[in-house]
Amino acid sequence: MPSRLPFTRRAVLAAATALALAAGLPAQAADPIKLGLVAALSGQSAKSGEAITRGITLALDKINAEGGVLGRPLELVSRDDESNPGKGLIAARELVQREGVAALIGGLDTPVSLAIVPFANEAKVPFMGPWAAGTPITKNGAAENYVFRVSAVDEYVDEAITEYLVTKYGAKKPGMILINNPWGESNEAGLTKALEKRGMEHAGIEKFENNDVDVTPQLTRLKEAGADSLFLVANVAPSAQVVKSLDRMGWDVPISSHWGPSGGRFTELAGKSGEKVHFIQTFLFTDEAHPLFTALKAKFPEVTSLADVTPATGIGNAYDATLLLAAAIEKAGSTEGPAIRQAMYEIEGVEGAIKTYDKPFTPDNQDALGPEDYTFTQFVEGEIIPIKE
Amino acid sequence: MTLLITAIVTGLGLGAMYGLIALGFQITYSVCGRVNFAQGSMVMLGAVLGYVLSVRAGLPVFVAYPLALLGCGLMGMLVEVLLIRPFADRGSEAWLMATVAGGILLDNAVLFTFGNEPRALPSPLVETSWRILGTGVFPQQLLIPVVAVALAIGLQLLFRRTRQGRALLAVVQNPEAARLMGINTVAMISGAFALSSVLAGVAGLLIAPLFAVHSDMGTLFGIKAFAVAILGGMTSASGVMLAGFLYGLTEALVTSYLGSSYTYIVVFALLIVVLAVKPAGLFGKRALRKV
Repeated sequence: MPSRLPFTRRAVLAAATALALAAGLPAQAADPIKLGLVAALSGQSAKSGEAITRGITLALDKINAEGGVLGRPLELVSRDDESNPGKGLIAARELVQREGVAALIGGLDTPVSLAIVPFANEAKVPFMGPWAAGTPITKNGAAENYVFRVSAVDEYVDEAITEYLVTKYGAKKPGMILINNPWGESNEAGLTKALEKRGMEHAGIEKFENNDVDVTPQLTRLKEAGADSLFLVANVAPSAQVVKSLDRMGWDVPISSHWGPSGGRFTELAGKSGEKVHFIQTFLFTDEAHPLFTALKAKFPEVTSLADVTPATGIGNAYDATLLLAAAIEKAGSTEGPAIRQAMYEIEGVEGAIKTYDKPFTPDNQDALGPEDYTFTQFVEGEIIPIKE
Repeated sequence: MTLLITAIVTGLGLGAMYGLIALGFQITYSVCGRVNFAQGSMVMLGAVLGYVLSVRAGLPVFVAYPLALLGCGLMGMLVEVLLIRPFADRGSEAWLMATVAGGILLDNAVLFTFGNEPRALPSPLVETSWRILGTGVFPQQLLIPVVAVALAIGLQLLFRRTRQGRALLAVVQNPEAARLMGINTVAMISGAFALSSVLAGVAGLLIAPLFAVHSDMGTLFGIKAFAVAILGGMTSASGVMLAGFLYGLTEALVTSYLGSSYTYIVVFALLIVVLAVKPAGLFGKRALRKV
């Protein structure tokens, strides 16, 4: 009995000291603000995921070097969605509910983004897309729309690639060869609209699967229907299969494509004929002296030449997206979702890699980039370069 | 007409590949009533090893490819020892789940070591296309059925004409009696699994130049090949090969004439119909229960 009293007194003393120390520690100021990234970091689109991660990292380095946001450093927490919508949604939930991220960046694949959109709007967490181009992602009909995007938009891309085929190649009856998933469908709608606008008819709308080895049946149907050109919408590996099938058929036809081929080693997979595919990009490194490229080389020593940064589009989009998010959080003065969303409509003077942004978002248009920001490019020996006029 | 020829060429090439992979299922099932559900991963392993040895290590193809197949065979034996035998010995059916899990494990291990990007396996047989009957064909596509049929026939000869082959057939007929005759059934089973994986590896090496090499390339092939094996009847090797061609042709014809959205619906509906009419598969024999 007697020995217990000194122990209890010691315990109380120890606890009091600890509390006092804890109260005195300046914990709040160094607490980082977390940004969550959900993207395909493995599988077919891994290189695009890597580009997005690099873009965000470079932006965070710049922001943190300048003192962070609201006096706190920004920190990135990443999750791999493996291009699977179910896994993407789980990752998004975990980032918001367990990691407490202030905003979500991500969705490389349109189907994954579409799965996360309802959750972001319900949880009132800003969801910034640096890649997925599906039109319904930002135009999702929500009364309070928390989804923003710094990237291409299918509807505008489809209009641009149709204009390209018509003006550059005089196409009269293009055929569509599209991947069989929500991204393909989004573009089917956009391309049909673009052709109707010009009073043109198409030679057919053919779909194919991600894992199809042989696309010659679909392409043969288009050829027999009189297609004089092709629209291509698919990620890198399926796009390569289309090119290989065209090679096999010996069919040389102009191909105007969405940016799928830029997501990986297109010419390695498709062969030299891959250079015939002309596709859109929102950002390119045309000059080795570009400050972002210099920063890239400094941070990631494995990048030595411009050919190592396919796709630059991912880096540029993600870099600008992060800068815009940080500017909004700073402007909002808080990490609460609704406040950040309001601030997104008010930010100005943000200098990104693609352009300088002044009030880039409005409740009617939550896409920062438009058709004037697109460039047409092709692969030449493993490097993406702009098409010469 | 071009559409038909294109469909037939595509169908024969892919069908032969499914048949080859399905043959692996058929062999182990005949010998011991168990299969390696990681067969799709074995296809991937063959292609990945072939890529690593020929492109990354720079070995000539006639050295790299046999080594790749050796790797597949060893992996097959490893699967049998670690994932099948411990459960079979205890009379448990858990080898089903164990091999599925093993396949997923292998896919992810390759993902970490090989990398997460699809790569191209070069081959001189996909560089120029031949014009046959108004359609273009890569020589590689014609090679697949030739190799598949040659292997199937070669294996039949091996089983009937060589001592080891006949020992394997004896185990198929009656494992107890075979063991009493002094045949090492354990070694025979191990060999069957090795052979099954080698066949999958061959399929992987054949299809890779037409496709791409990456860690989950084999999953869908494995599933389709299992359907083919069931369709052909797990007891007949020639049946399985034929079922492969039938499946491949059906798949290609449906895609060509109805569009790719209907492919899986029609093909698997047909599979169900066939099994309803002939439960043991097209060419399989109903197992006799002696009472």
